[in-house]
Amino acid sequence: VTLALVLGALLAVACVVFVARPFLREPSAREDVVLEPNARRLERAEERDRSLAALKELEFDHRTGKVSDEDYRELVGPLRRRAAALLEETRASEPA
Amino acid sequence: VPELGRAALVVCLGLCAYAAAAGALAAYRRRRRLAVSAQNALVGAFGAAAVAAGVLLVGLIRHDFSLTYVAQHTSRKLPTLYTISAFWGGQEGSLLLWLFVLSGYAALAVLLDRHAGRELLAWVVPVLGFVGSFFALLLVAVASPFATQAAPADGAGLNPSLQNPYMVAHPPMLYLGYVGLTVPFAFAMGALLAGRTDERWIVSTRRWTLLAWGFLGVGQLLGAHWAYVEVGWGGYYAWDPVENAALMPWLAATAFLHSVMVQEKKGMLKVWNMLLVIMAFGLSLFGTFLTRSGVINSIHSFTESSIGPWFLGFICLVVAASLTLLFVRLPLLRSKTRLESLVSREATFLYNNLLLVALTLTILWGVTYPMLKEALTGEGVTVGRPWYDFFLRAFGLPLLLLMGIGPLIAWRRASTRSLVRTLAWPTATAVVCGALLIAAGAGSSWPGLVAYTFSAFVLASILLEFARGTTARRALSGSSWPVAFGELVARNRRRYGGYVVHAAVLLLAVGIAGSSAYQTVRDATLRPGQSARVADYRLVYTGVTQRQAANHTEARALVDVYRGGAFLGTMRPGKNSYPAEQQISNEMAIRTDWLRAEDLDVISEDIAPNGTVHFRFLKKPLVNLIWLAGIVFVGGSLIALWPDAREERRLATRYGPAQAPARA
Repeated sequence: VTLALVLGALLAVACVVFVARPFLREPSAREDVVLEPNARRLERAEERDRSLAALKELEFDHRTGKVSDEDYRELVGPLRRRAAALLEETRASEPA
Repeated sequence: VPELGRAALVVCLGLCAYAAAAGALAAYRRRRRLAVSAQNALVGAFGAAAVAAGVLLVGLIRHDFSLTYVAQHTSRKLPTLYTISAFWGGQEGSLLLWLFVLSGYAALAVLLDRHAGRELLAWVVPVLGFVGSFFALLLVAVASPFATQAAPADGAGLNPSLQNPYMVAHPPMLYLGYVGLTVPFAFAMGALLAGRTDERWIVSTRRWTLLAWGFLGVGQLLGAHWAYVEVGWGGYYAWDPVENAALMPWLAATAFLHSVMVQEKKGMLKVWNMLLVIMAFGLSLFGTFLTRSGVINSIHSFTESSIGPWFLGFICLVVAASLTLLFVRLPLLRSKTRLESLVSREATFLYNNLLLVALTLTILWGVTYPMLKEALTGEGVTVGRPWYDFFLRAFGLPLLLLMGIGPLIAWRRASTRSLVRTLAWPTATAVVCGALLIAAGAGSSWPGLVAYTFSAFVLASILLEFARGTTARRALSGSSWPVAFGELVARNRRRYGGYVVHAAVLLLAVGIAGSSAYQTVRDATLRPGQSARVADYRLVYTGVTQRQAANHTEARALVDVYRGGAFLGTMRPGKNSYPAEQQISNEMAIRTDWLRAEDLDVISEDIAPNGTVHFRFLKKPLVNLIWLAGIVFVGGSLIALWPDAREERRLATRYGPAQAPARA
């Protein structure tokens, strides 16, 4: 048995201990479950952020001259209403 | 200590296989402790791969020729720097570097991306473990860097062309890029496996893609510079399959980095983005296969290669499995929104993507056609520069133009009036620039003229974007110009970092157009005392000198350079002879004139015993802009990559309450 093989065995043991750590720390876990997020709430939060970002982007594009005044007036209303509705919806769905 | 190296690789294989199997079981059964255990296995695999890499490194530095790999790729006289870089000079060492980098990325992804959601990460881990298992298996069973033999007195040495400082950095950079694309792939597959196609995978994926893409870009530029200074043919990119191997995944990743913005902003292109991630990873595997299997030399060397069939099988498995999974999950990936107008920011991203993918597939066909032809008919064919140059112009020039148009167009839709107003300045700049170039004689090459004119358009559009953005920011905050500029960039690092990268591409385009379309080449056979003229330079050959270096003999032709009667200096092109490697390398001499923005290159093609030398002289205008582009590219990538506290807070708000609590 060479020193190299002993070192190799030590490495293997260290790795096994590290891999087994979650079971060693919690030998009998009460909640051993990967919990799933609320998909509907996630979707709403993403929609809300997308809508707010679109509004912000429109404001910036208007200020930098990429969007004309007429286009801005036409686009901003629906975007604001949608953002407000989504904000309200996400607030209402959050736990108190 | 080869036993320790072998043992470390076996441990690494075991850990990766455990991460794949236990990780998949944990994700499927939603077992938290088993999922964390599989994550730990990936971190442990990195430790084991680091031990194996350390053993090989020690073997190289100690000239342990009982290791076959060390004996085949180094010699006692090889300078220490190149002895270390011999780590990735051969097949087994390169594969070990792949595994080391992959396990490092996997460990980092596990540690840094916990916010991505535990049920998503639980599916990412087995994918990373599966890819790691393949490379660990290759190293354990097929191509071990720790194979031993009776130690010879000296090693065979390293290929002379690899004995260059650029070769110390170029391969690791490329590997950081190639391998880095595994992480986005794992997140994409993890999202599909979990059936979770919300944007958490996108948030993680775009960061890792940006990092890998940055490394791949820098690696390619280092490789191009190495080819320019070391290979000695006067060029920097030859459309060689090995070079194309790195370019293809980079182009696919470039397309993804653009289209991912459309998914983030509009919730569109979900299937397309998945396809691009699969394509980028598949091409990175294909690139490694190309460079490591010997298939480039001949289809026969591929079948005789120990790893070639394994690699091909793995690529087929990965592509087939990921496309099947994508097909199964198609119903989850349907977009709720549609493209509102063909003249909008998202539409320009789409055009940009189509061009990038078309260019990638064209290059892929150019690389694979000779192999397929040889495999099917036994005939050897080559797809040469004209093929690639044609498609680079056909797809690259419109891409260049889009780079200027895209940022100036609003999201959703743009009216003709605002479009005309916003494009007026860049168009006027391009027209004036084009007219001046024609007057200056640049019309001799139409692709060069078009590239310069489009570049002027893009530069004007980038400057306009920064100017308008700073003005708008200043109007909002009332701060000074420099502060407003800083705020503008800091508040949207990805956008303005992207514009800096566009500026780098611009420099690259100008450098490539200048140095290829407007270069001057002259061949001459001269005896000592004779001279030749290249453009406005006069070059006088005075004789040959010889010098003995550590592991090679140098022969240098002395060439005095004059311009307008003034002596500018002596250039020393020549050849190096490496006795251990039994090879001769061509050493080009380069004289850079920063004020005139041009290089004068001298290559001694043949040095006859009587002192007669056959020279090739090249004057390459603007070639140094290509290397300058590399620095700007790094700057832009860093700006885009730099963590944004505002975005982190936004993501925490978005995903924080939506995530159900979970414990480590």
